[in-house]
Amino acid sequence: MDSLISSASVIAAGLSVGLAAIGPGIGQGNAAASAVEAIARQPESENSVRGTLLLSLAFMEALTIYGLVVALSVLFANPFTS
Amino acid sequence: MYLFNLTNTSLVISEGVSVGVHYYWDIFGFSVHGQVFIVIWFVVLLLIVLSLLGTSKLERIPSGSQSFAEEIIQTTSDIAKNQIGESLYRPWIPFVSTLFLFILLCNWSGALVPWKLLELPHGELAAPTNDINTTIALALLVSIFYFGGGIRKKGLGYFKRYVQPTPILLPINVLEDFTKPLSLSFRLFGNILADELTVSVLVILVPLIIPLPIMALGFFASTVQALIFSTLAAAYIAEAIE
Repeated sequence: MDSLISSASVIAAGLSVGLAAIGPGIGQGNAAASAVEAIARQPESENSVRGTLLLSLAFMEALTIYGLVVALSVLFANPFTS
Repeated sequence: MYLFNLTNTSLVISEGVSVGVHYYWDIFGFSVHGQVFIVIWFVVLLLIVLSLLGTSKLERIPSGSQSFAEEIIQTTSDIAKNQIGESLYRPWIPFVSTLFLFILLCNWSGALVPWKLLELPHGELAAPTNDINTTIALALLVSIFYFGGGIRKKGLGYFKRYVQPTPILLPINVLEDFTKPLSLSFRLFGNILADELTVSVLVILVPLIIPLPIMALGFFASTVQALIFSTLAAAYIAEAIE
């Protein structure tokens, strides 16, 4: 593996996960804050709020996971090295 | 189906953690990942045994394994019912339930079964869903099913939905059919692989106690991923047949 390509790949892998974590982090914080607010206002709706929250949290987490997939493919299946 | 061929460049991060090391079987000229097949057969066998146990002695007042099976089917058919709706969901219960149970047991089998006791010549046994070929196969299956369901319901009129509400949206609507399986498969693959990698790396750093909360988190996350996969499959089907 060319040393320039490999160093660029390592930096890119780190950046792709790190940058991809920013947006979903903010989004998950907002969603959780709203869910806590909703539960505080209507404690009897806790179960349905929790289910919806978990589902939407997992959707947001998927965005970071896409970054992780890009990082993994850059590290283990780099198309520019072969 | 080698979209991401994690096979040519395998890398051993450290002793005990390796990505892209596979146990190859040659079947009719295709080289397949044997370690995935072994775990999948185990999961399928487990599901068959559980369903045979649940349906072997049917009684009017269920007890034991029958009531367990009924409880599971109740939960999984609720997934289909919530997305597809009261009037249309019944024919789709088997598909959505099978997806949910298969993915759930695949995800769990990676963490709960001590596969390390079985030694393979190459690679190691893990959750089948941390191989991208498995998740792409499942996602394409969902695509085939929602296309099939839509065409069976509406005939060729199904394709009218590409030019609705305006023909300007045609490219986006066509693109959506490609992004759906892509995001479905990457979400499942990435989550399960991330779980297993985190646990393996942590086990190398601190072998005792510390990895346990992460393992519990992974256990929980894999349940949610199975739920999400089947919920989304049901939602896509609902969109196609509504």
